[in-house]
Formats: sequence, C-alpha cells, structure tokens
Amino acid sequence: MDTSEPVIIIKDLCKAFGSNVVLDHFDLTLYRGENLVVLGKSGSGKSVLIKCIIGLLRPDGGRIEVFGQNVPELRYEELDQIRAKVGFLFQSNALYDSMTVRENLEFPLRRHWMHTEQKQVDELVHMVLESVGLPHTVDMMPAELSGGMRKRIALARTLILKPAIILYDEPTTGLDPITGMEIIELIREVQQQYQTSSLVITHDLKLVRLAGERIIMLIDGKCYAQGTYDEMKTSTDPKVRAFFE
Amino acid sequence: MTIASFSGSEPGNNVQFMSDYSINKALLDEIGDLARFTARFFREVFRPRYEFSEFAHQCFVIGYKSLALVGLTAFILGLVLTMQLRPSMVRYGVEAQIPAMVSIAIVREIGPVITALIFAGKIGSSIGAELGSMRVTEQIDAMEVSGTNPFKYLVVTRTLAATLMLPVLVVLSDAISLYGSWIGVNIYDVLSLKLFWAQVIENLAYYDAIPALIKCFFFGFAVGIVGCYKGYYSKKGTEGVGRSANSAVVMASVFIFILDLLAVQITELVWYY
Repeated sequence: MDTSEPVIIIKDLCKAFGSNVVLDHFDLTLYRGENLVVLGKSGSGKSVLIKCIIGLLRPDGGRIEVFGQNVPELRYEELDQIRAKVGFLFQSNALYDSMTVRENLEFPLRRHWMHTEQKQVDELVHMVLESVGLPHTVDMMPAELSGGMRKRIALARTLILKPAIILYDEPTTGLDPITGMEIIELIREVQQQYQTSSLVITHDLKLVRLAGERIIMLIDGKCYAQGTYDEMKTSTDPKVRAFFE
Repeated sequence: MTIASFSGSEPGNNVQFMSDYSINKALLDEIGDLARFTARFFREVFRPRYEFSEFAHQCFVIGYKSLALVGLTAFILGLVLTMQLRPSMVRYGVEAQIPAMVSIAIVREIGPVITALIFAGKIGSSIGAELGSMRVTEQIDAMEVSGTNPFKYLVVTRTLAATLMLPVLVVLSDAISLYGSWIGVNIYDVLSLKLFWAQVIENLAYYDAIPALIKCFFFGFAVGIVGCYKGYYSKKGTEGVGRSANSAVVMASVFIFILDLLAVQITELVWYY
C-alpha cells in the first residue's frame, strides 16, 4: 500500500451560511491508509467539512478532490460512484428506524451493487456484523439496540461496501466512556482489517490520542495547526493549548 | 427598513405594517417553496430509477391500513345522515326519497370530502412526522450517501400512493356509507337491501360519480405532496417534527376545501353547459 498517495485533497475550501463564515480557505490532505483527525470545538464547521467532502453540502469555493475527482463538479451518477468508495458514519448513526438491522445493512448494497446474489449479500451481512461483534442482532430493530450497539451497526453499514475511505462524524459523542473506548478500539481494528483511510472529526481528546496518527486543528474556519498528538500537546500556541488544558 | 420609513408617522402603524408584511412574505415564500417542490415531483416522477417495491409498500401502508378508520367513519356518517334527514323528510311526506337524497349527497360531496379530511389527518400527519423524523436524525442524508435519491424514494412513492389510494378509499367509503344509510332506514322502516340499492343506482348519474372521483385524485395528491413537503424540510429538533405533522394536516385540509370549491365550479362549467 502506497501511503504517500493522497486520496482526498482539499484546497481553499470556503463555506458560509449567510454572514456566518464556517470554512475559510481550508486545506487538508488525507493519505492512503492514514488515520487523520480533525479537531475543533463545537460549531467550528467540522461536520460541514465532511458533508462537503461527501457531497451533501455544496461549498462556496475551493476544490475537494476525492480519488482525483473534484466533488462539487461531479454529476449525480459520478458522485454516486465516489460515494460507493467513501463510507460515512453519521453522528446520530442514521439507522433506518423502520428497517431491521439486516435491511439496514442490505440497503446500500442493493443500491450500489444491484445484481449481487442473495447468498453473497447474506455472507457480507454476516461478515460485517462479525467485524463489529454483533452477529446476533441481525433481525433486531434499531430501537431495540443500545447507543453503542447502534453505533456499531452504523459502522457495519458503512463497512459493507468495503470503502477505501471512512469519514467519521464525532463517533464517540453521546456515548459513555467505556462504550466510547470500545468504539475507538473498533475504529483502529477496522482500519487494520480493511486497510481504509479514515478522516475522523471530533472534540474528544481520548479519541484524538488513541486513533489519530496526524491531527489538524480547525479554528476560525482554517487549518490552524497540524502535527502528531504529542506535537500538539506540547505546542506553546495559546489557541492550541486551550484544547489540551 | 425601507418599509418602516414608508408606512406613516405613528410607530404602532409601522409595527403593524411590518408584521403584516412579514406574514404575507412568509406565506408567499411557503407557496413558492411548495410550488418548486411540486415541480420537482413532476420532474422526478418520470425519470428512472423507478422505486416500484417502495411504491407498492406505500400503497399498502397508505391505502390498506387506512381502510378500517375510513370504513368506520363512513358507516357512522351514512347512518347518522339518514337518521338526521328522516324527521324532515317525514314532515314533507317524502321519506321514500331518503335513499336517493343520501346517495347523491354522499357520492357527490360528503363521501369524497370527509374521507379526504380523515385521510389528511391520518396520512398527511404520518408522512409529515415520518419524513420530519428522518430529516432530523440524518436518515435522509444517509439514504443519499447510500446511492439513493431520497426525493424519489420517499417523496415520489408516497405522493403517488396517496394520489392513487384516496379514490379507491372514497369508492369503498361511499359504499360503506350507503350500507350505513340502509341500516338507518331500517331502524324505522322495512326496506330490503336490494330495493335500497335499486333506488340508489336509479337516482345516481355519471355526472354525480365521475367528477367526484376525479377530484379525489387531486385531494390525494394534495395530502401526499403537502405531507412530504412539510416533513422533507422539517426544521431540526423534535419540536420541528411535531410542527411538520401538524401543519401538514392543516395545510392539506385547507387545500382540500379549495380544490373542492374549484372542482364544483369546473364541473358545473364543463358538465352542465
């Protein structure tokens, strides 16, 4: 695996909602196989950033290249092809309430790989549920699962298409410390098992310390600082230190 | 700002004028947004990919699962209408005309409008709340990321199902209402079901049934599109979901009356002249 090859390149990304500038010429590069964490306080534009990457929000300016294709310029069909390679774990999990766990997992498969045989679908469902340690939940409804289990199932749904990149939107928010720790472990295991590149956005310092190989600090809409956890922690910059104190 | 300086010398008047202006602007914005949403429906409905299985599922949910409520209210409606009419009809010695009068009233107006209003209460609110909840919990975004056009999957299927299922429900509710009416007649008199239906059929004409059936498609479309619009653009939070469900029912009910008024005018113009 060529770890020097960039899979996402963001240049001069700008996004504002009315007069509220959220991203102001933001730059970022994610390399193949890397675990990159974007750290920023609540409301700093982290979720807006990854929603722009996946094409759920349209940026006001700048380039977002995913596998060499500029996302804002893509047509709907082209964007779908990119989305099949990029998994997205939503902060609220976004499991479909009216579907069982099996149907939740089959939904993206049926949409992206329409001609997959049922036997193969069943195998994939079983495999991803094994990966997240919840094979017994296959016929349960999301409402019957705990918060941590729902997060795992949401991750399984992301994994079922075997994405090359996974975007995590605050994966430990709203979870108790033990479950949060389990999710962090799972993120690391998934990266090793599936050889994915990960972009994690969070304000959870434990997640940053344990899962982040490289950290970008998003302050005032800009890439304010980047480096390893230790470099950030020993920084003398007051805005960076404010996060770690 | 310009408006405040334009509207006169008294501050109270300014406030009143600006408040009216805001309300009118919000109303026009809403109508504009709904028109754009409806235009998008017509663009998407003919484009592949077609969501047949979800459409069939929605027909089951919207049509079949409304049948018990619609049937019960229709039965009571027919029974009560007959019982309320009877004293006046007896006073004028025309109680034999009850089947004819009830059938025309039910088929032309009461059946379609009451069924559509019940349908708006049950289905409009349910669609508004379901889509609103999906919006708030990011399920609509998740659907888009999963390679699905959520507008097509959620809005087009539900609106089409509502448009097609309401006329079916109205036909059934009309029949059940008339059955209720027959029971109402038999509380005081003896009239066979066969004779009752013979009188109903004899007094009903195509121009009673066809325009009434056609307007049901428009009522169903209004309930479906308004419910979807309110839910799809629901604001964040649980309060927003409740508000979506509530305003979907209110707006759909108002549309049903407006469409009914238009339908009567158009029917009179086309059919009688």
